[in-house]
Amino acid sequence: MPETTTASEGALIDPDVMERVLGAALEKGGDFAEVFAEDRYATGAALDDGRVEELSSARDRGAGIRVVLGETTGFAHTADLTESGLIAAARAAAAVARDGGPVSVVPFESNRAVRELRVNEVEKSRKIELLARADEAARSIAGSVKQVSASYGDSRRRVLIATSDGLLVSDATIRTRFGVSCVAIGDTGMQTGHESVARTIGFELFDDTDVEDLARVAARRAVTKLSARPAPSGELPLVIASGSGGILFHEACGHGLEADHIVKDASAYAGRLGELVASPLVTLVDDGTVGTEWGTFGIDDEGNHAQRNVLIDHGVLTSYMWDKLRARKEGRTSSGNGRRQSYRHLPMVRMTNTFITNGSDDPEAIVADTPSGVYVARLGGGQVNTATGDFVFGTTEAYLIENGKITEPLRDANLIGNGPEVLSRIDAVAGDFDMCPGTCGKDGQSVPVGCGQPTLRITAVTIGGTAGG
Amino acid sequence: MGDSAEEGLLSLAQRVVALAKPGEQIEVYASRLEEVDVRAFDGEIESLSSARTAGVGIRVVADGRQGFAYAGALEDSLIAATLADARDNATFATPDEYLGLAVPDGLEPVALDLWDPAIAAMPTTDKVQLALDLEKSVRGSDPRVQQVVSADYGDMQGESAIATSTGISATSRRTLCSLSVSVIAGDDTDRHTGVGFGFGRGPAALDPEAIADDAIERATRLIGAKKVKSSVCTVVLDRRVTSTLLAVIAGALSGEAVVKNRSMFAGRLGESVGVPELVLLDDPTDARSLGASSNDAEGLACRPNLLIDRGMLTRFVYDTTTARRAGTSSTGSAVRGGYATTPSAGCRAVSIAPGTLDQDGVLRAVGDGLFVQSVTGVHSGVNSVSGDFSVGVEGLLIRGGELAAPVQEVTIASTLQRMLMSLVVIGGDVEWLPGVAAAQTVAIDGMSLSGS
Repeated sequence: MPETTTASEGALIDPDVMERVLGAALEKGGDFAEVFAEDRYATGAALDDGRVEELSSARDRGAGIRVVLGETTGFAHTADLTESGLIAAARAAAAVARDGGPVSVVPFESNRAVRELRVNEVEKSRKIELLARADEAARSIAGSVKQVSASYGDSRRRVLIATSDGLLVSDATIRTRFGVSCVAIGDTGMQTGHESVARTIGFELFDDTDVEDLARVAARRAVTKLSARPAPSGELPLVIASGSGGILFHEACGHGLEADHIVKDASAYAGRLGELVASPLVTLVDDGTVGTEWGTFGIDDEGNHAQRNVLIDHGVLTSYMWDKLRARKEGRTSSGNGRRQSYRHLPMVRMTNTFITNGSDDPEAIVADTPSGVYVARLGGGQVNTATGDFVFGTTEAYLIENGKITEPLRDANLIGNGPEVLSRIDAVAGDFDMCPGTCGKDGQSVPVGCGQPTLRITAVTIGGTAGG
Repeated sequence: MGDSAEEGLLSLAQRVVALAKPGEQIEVYASRLEEVDVRAFDGEIESLSSARTAGVGIRVVADGRQGFAYAGALEDSLIAATLADARDNATFATPDEYLGLAVPDGLEPVALDLWDPAIAAMPTTDKVQLALDLEKSVRGSDPRVQQVVSADYGDMQGESAIATSTGISATSRRTLCSLSVSVIAGDDTDRHTGVGFGFGRGPAALDPEAIADDAIERATRLIGAKKVKSSVCTVVLDRRVTSTLLAVIAGALSGEAVVKNRSMFAGRLGESVGVPELVLLDDPTDARSLGASSNDAEGLACRPNLLIDRGMLTRFVYDTTTARRAGTSSTGSAVRGGYATTPSAGCRAVSIAPGTLDQDGVLRAVGDGLFVQSVTGVHSGVNSVSGDFSVGVEGLLIRGGELAAPVQEVTIASTLQRMLMSLVVIGGDVEWLPGVAAAQTVAIDGMSLSGS
């Protein structure tokens, strides 16, 4: 296939049809109706056990329709984008509104396109070549690297959103990711290592991403842990390297600042605006506009432009994150955080790229100034109970700190803490900010997000290992 | 939806399979799903969703190479494009002598009735009322309950068909419904959450009162919870925690993980991996399990597979390709996440042969230790390759065989290998859940508890 620029052409749904569908959604009353139409084409390639096992392609197209009446939302979705299919879905969504008369739909102001879809078609053989290079690079690290899997994925997504308030907007997003997982086997058993890159761009991701470097990082992570000792058990100081540690803040406070938890009084941060909720060294930002990060987009899944929102400013809680529904209820505007996995899901408040901004400390000095503790080079993932603020997160590359020096590698373990408590225990923040991609799951929906932070220290966290006590 | 729709999916699948060219194998998996979800909050319907979805996943195997593509609709033009994508994709894979679709192996599927027509017959207003009533009953129940975060009713009616050019032809259908409630109890400085839920093939299996009581008990008994000092102790896992643990262990018993050196059980067939009391069975033909199924995801009959017998590792589960790679035959254990993924090997209905004690009996048998009500961070702290196990815990101390002071913000850690060798009590209180594994209370010795 030649390298040409192509895209599926034309509007997903004609504006006149949209207006009639919205009319049907509100024919029995309601405060607000919305049609979210989506057309997605994704491809993937996976190498495992030395073989390119599978190339895959996915086509998905449909519309989700919601009708809001007071505190109640009705929702239906359909893969049938004909006018009759859409009207049937609109009437199903309207089942929650049965008493009112018809409500008129505000004429669309303009048909606004945020971005057009420009795709450079890339030959499948080039994607496979990346996989083979990653496999070879990972295995070259050590004979103990016994298994390598590498995966490539891209997706192009066009959306068209129309509402009874007169909004008609379209957008297009391209995302590309690449990941490598390794298993190393030694006398002590088996260990795993993983590394990935993901951005909101096309194949040009690989112009400045070396998949061989990525593979070597994943392989070294597994090999290093073959000689790791069990992680300590109990409360210790923790130094977290820049980048993947951002997941801690995503879990420890990000979720608790989502307005759906706030309006239900189901967050440890509810009613605390203006209060000191973290160390004054902490400024936390959620920003859907950062370059080509994994959580970046043009408009959210309710048609609002991505925004930069400062959530915690020098330790003081300054704002929450809002979607349209919760913002309407409070008489304010959305903060551009209404997202959904696909047209099959209702939007809800979600993070975009969430990070702690740079401080002024030197990362090496922070370690040197820590007599004993744990240095976390890579965090795997985590989970939070927003109502209590209790969270856990797992290490996938960690070391002991002894006498101000990084020493022996540690086996994987979870760390546990309470969000507000841990945020108050941050006593050093460096200036070496970095970000990394992740997938955030909430209420059964997954969306791409970015996380980030500079190297920082927490004075005490409980580490869930098996050594000592 | 009924028999005719199901046959519609099969004939659609067969129609595409008939397009196979000489030397080419085609598998078509088509499914249809109808779902209703209701969420109640503060006496109102927060959301009511209804959905009908359908899709098709196509595998093409040619010259020992596989290609896959799927579409989230059943329109002819999309299916044609999907078949073309799958064929094109196949040309780029590495040839693999073991690759191939399932062929009929002569085993007749066990007929199972997994469909409750009551879900289709029940008016949506009654489904809404179930959620509203549950929310109301919990909200007014106990002065310590601060907030009912949500009460949810959900159901699904799913049908699928699979056909291949190698002679496979099978259909299946199932219903499932669930009811759950999430509460917060305590006061502003000491809040705790509890979730109660129940599942069934139809609404008659749901017990709103028990679900409400469960949520309230789980939240209120944690009031006053504190971090405790680190120690090594015996833990009693609530049965739902055991279900989570068994699902991880079942993943490591997948032939796919084993043949690819991605399982802590690789190379250990015939060895002792657990205490002599441990008998672990995957039996999708047991209709009590909500994971039960007549056919696997490649269209072969499901069958019982004894995985661990009196502590000895006896079997891994295989789909067609991984079985060939391991030099054996499929155990009827292909699973797939709907039309959007290719099959792989996995369990559907794992349970431990039950002991005789209920949960109170297990607590008494243990005497002193930690009762684990719920765990967090399983995806980040449990590794089925290395066996490393470390999770966050909420629960209660066990003193003199009774539940005592509540505990929070601690972890328990060990390795999965050591835990199976340290099972000291296996409960008899099996609860069948959807997903891979049943729930039942167990006690495990020698766990590292990390706290202050």
